[in-house]
Amino acid sequence: MATAPQYKVIGSRPPRPDGVDKVTGRAVYGNDTQLPGMLYGCILRSPHAHARIRGIDTSRAEALPGVRAVVTAADLPSLEDKFEEMGEGGTANMRYSSNNILADDKALYDGHAVAAVAAVDLSTAEDAAALIEVDYEVLPPVMDVHQAMAEGASILLEDLRTEELGERKEGQTNVATHFRHQLGDVAEGFAAADVVIEREFNTATVHQGYIEPHAATALWNDDDHLTVWCSTQGAFAARGQLSGILQKPVADITVTPTEIGGGFGGKIPVYVEPVAAVLSRKAGHRPVKIAMSRTDVIKATGPTSGSYLKVKMGTTRDGRITAAQATMAYEAGAYPGSPVPSGSLVILAPYRLDHVQVDGYDVLVNKPKASPYRAPGGTNAAFATESVVDELARAINMDPLEFRHQNAVEQNDRQVNGLPHGRIGYRETLEMAIDHPHYATPLEGEHQGRGVAAGYWGNWGGKSSASASVNGDGSVSLLEGSTDIGGTRASLAMQLAETLEIPYEQVRPRVVNTDSVGYTDLTGGSRTTAVTGMAVHELGLNLKRELTARAATLMEVEPDQVAYADGVFSSNGTRMSFNEVAQQADASGEPIVGTASVAPPQWGTAFGVHIVDVEVDPDTGKVEILRYTALQNVGKAIHPSYVEGQLQGGVAQGIGWALNEEYIYGKDGTLLNGSLLDYRMPTALDLPMIETVLVEVPWPDHPYGVRGCGETPIVPPAGALANAIHDALGVRMDVLPMSPGKVLEQVWSRNGS
Amino acid sequence: MSKNTVVNTTINGEPRVFLCEPRQTALEVLRETLELTGAKEGCGNGNCGACNIILDGVLVNSCLVLAVELEGRTVLTVEGIADTHDGEGLHPIQQQYLEHAALQCGICTPGFIVSTKALLDDNPTPSEHDIRLWLAGNLCRCTGYDKIVRAVQDSAEALSG
Repeated sequence: MATAPQYKVIGSRPPRPDGVDKVTGRAVYGNDTQLPGMLYGCILRSPHAHARIRGIDTSRAEALPGVRAVVTAADLPSLEDKFEEMGEGGTANMRYSSNNILADDKALYDGHAVAAVAAVDLSTAEDAAALIEVDYEVLPPVMDVHQAMAEGASILLEDLRTEELGERKEGQTNVATHFRHQLGDVAEGFAAADVVIEREFNTATVHQGYIEPHAATALWNDDDHLTVWCSTQGAFAARGQLSGILQKPVADITVTPTEIGGGFGGKIPVYVEPVAAVLSRKAGHRPVKIAMSRTDVIKATGPTSGSYLKVKMGTTRDGRITAAQATMAYEAGAYPGSPVPSGSLVILAPYRLDHVQVDGYDVLVNKPKASPYRAPGGTNAAFATESVVDELARAINMDPLEFRHQNAVEQNDRQVNGLPHGRIGYRETLEMAIDHPHYATPLEGEHQGRGVAAGYWGNWGGKSSASASVNGDGSVSLLEGSTDIGGTRASLAMQLAETLEIPYEQVRPRVVNTDSVGYTDLTGGSRTTAVTGMAVHELGLNLKRELTARAATLMEVEPDQVAYADGVFSSNGTRMSFNEVAQQADASGEPIVGTASVAPPQWGTAFGVHIVDVEVDPDTGKVEILRYTALQNVGKAIHPSYVEGQLQGGVAQGIGWALNEEYIYGKDGTLLNGSLLDYRMPTALDLPMIETVLVEVPWPDHPYGVRGCGETPIVPPAGALANAIHDALGVRMDVLPMSPGKVLEQVWSRNGS
Repeated sequence: MSKNTVVNTTINGEPRVFLCEPRQTALEVLRETLELTGAKEGCGNGNCGACNIILDGVLVNSCLVLAVELEGRTVLTVEGIADTHDGEGLHPIQQQYLEHAALQCGICTPGFIVSTKALLDDNPTPSEHDIRLWLAGNLCRCTGYDKIVRAVQDSAEALSG
């Protein structure tokens, strides 16, 4: 094995540049924006899951003193189908996005925005919203994929037609798409198996659960320039959507990203931004701020799909998987676009398969439009597969990690879409799991169990830019366009410092607005440290070249006679430090500035393996987590603390999805648990310490070997927990969440009571 | 619009006077009127702890306190935490959160730091279970709490040392 490169900055754990602002309360988040003359906005939402809007009377609201503007969908341009990049390779139809942020002819879910008010203060805005009269014709809702796909189901969008294996199918439907991946011949593969297991699973709708509600402030100026300050995962993505929805050139839009209080995919779509914009225009060009309440957030943003999954897999007695087949039907919410395409690349990813078929269905239901959630569509998909794989391993009396190791996908193996894997490092991760002390520690107690599961996420490349100026004191001001959600100012500054061979503290990063740096795709697809990192590395090389030329001039030699190492330029015994060159160049020559941009054709993917021990109370069904270990190939950990944090946070969200979280709807399709009391996310008391093992098999095309690490860790927990519950109690869970009541139902059904 | 009330209070050691409507929460007035935006609204009904403040020595959700209730009371917000400790710069709790990378997005951090202060004022040597139980009123969606718990453990040590 080649010697790993020795780094000075990469791999250390310096404090983050934005840290002091965040521990003192000074950091400015979405709802912290304050502008002179600012108005407050409030959105009126549908109380019905499915209703035709026959009319909206805003006259009483408009007459209330202090109200400056009232808007409805009539204030937005009427759009044709137009698609905008939304990250992870997905796109969104701006016509649907427009209808989602202010309902047009129909309200399609409980909480769907219908109208909005801007007033001098929040109380007045809320009072005015309550005075808007909406005439609804209530329609029957469809609340899951089974109802939505049934004969005679209530139809959400009358003009929707199924795209059936690439062809447009006639007739009204709630199924937006049916696609298929196919390799080999599954019938032949199953015929070669000694054991075939087929199981069905249903999983609930869940929310990303970021603690900061969506908030935006917009100023539509008298010169028609729109400036928006908002909490977003991508300022350029927000600008693109605003441009599409408002039919406004990007030249006339500036998006300034505030600090962001979590996103996990849910802050890729815009919701309140365009509404604040049209309110500002209508309110005499005054700035308007809209902040959602928590109930708004749960009812009208986020969620990721509830789903139905069927997985069939076969193995030989000696542990070779011969074939796999999966059917996946995902809730899209009110408009097309569930994460079933990305889920289809996760569901069987850890396994080498010659014969495989995956059918995916994107299905409309009367719930908020699904938006990405950390490894979109991956957790529920892996829950199904990892449960079946556990059952297969037990059926042939093979250790479940050994079984996975025997069937582990490797470089050049084909994914279900036919594309070959690059260097993946999954086998190495499995081997470290098998050898981990956790796996060898005996369990104690009758109702304890251990489960394992694997997971994968493909990450995303996209485009990134960065620019910098070298100041006269040798400090480097780095400008970048990637929203920093979890320490990426630090991880990017570290990569620039490493490239320039200067101390980390000398690099001062800033996340800037859409007018101040080159186009940068959103923070999603675990791409920021990896891909904006590539831009920053290239930027460093450009700066180094320029500084070398300046040093050569100062030393009166040719640039190719100058060497640079450890922050010192040298030529024929003359030495000048980085700071000296910066100072003298600044004093006598042109300022030193640099830019770089990248759009890598390929990027590193990430596999993880999780081990969990639980104790299940057979009388209450409550699952207590005793020990959790997450191993993952991260390529190279730039700032190991924040990489560990990504793994720990992903695990915690996966545990919430697995054990507690779900949207609970009444029969009329209205949401019954729109608060953080009843939508139960894990607390500190619910979790143990989460041990992480960072496996470093570098991605060869990244200058420092980085792979995106943030999404994979949410993929394995549900499967690992299901397998642990089985190990503890002997029951197989086929539903998420595996809440106490659901566990008890399985126990009772097994006991025949 | 209802009639406004004058409220005299003490915030982070300074006398403050504000006008508010009877229906306004302490959180809304802190943020919108007094421009102390360190306290965050994550849920508005006492479930997430992002708005936590210390009111006459007691940890409370400022979204569940009416602004008029601040009359004559003493309030400590995240903006005042550093000043409660002798010496320059950050409070040791803030320092430990930074050193442990106990924050990712940081929106919950002010609430956690205020809660940690209240915990350690009350119990200078908490066990891991004590910490997890006390902090169960603060939601963090990014970290999985591991690094937060460690930051609190080391804060306790730093403060007792």
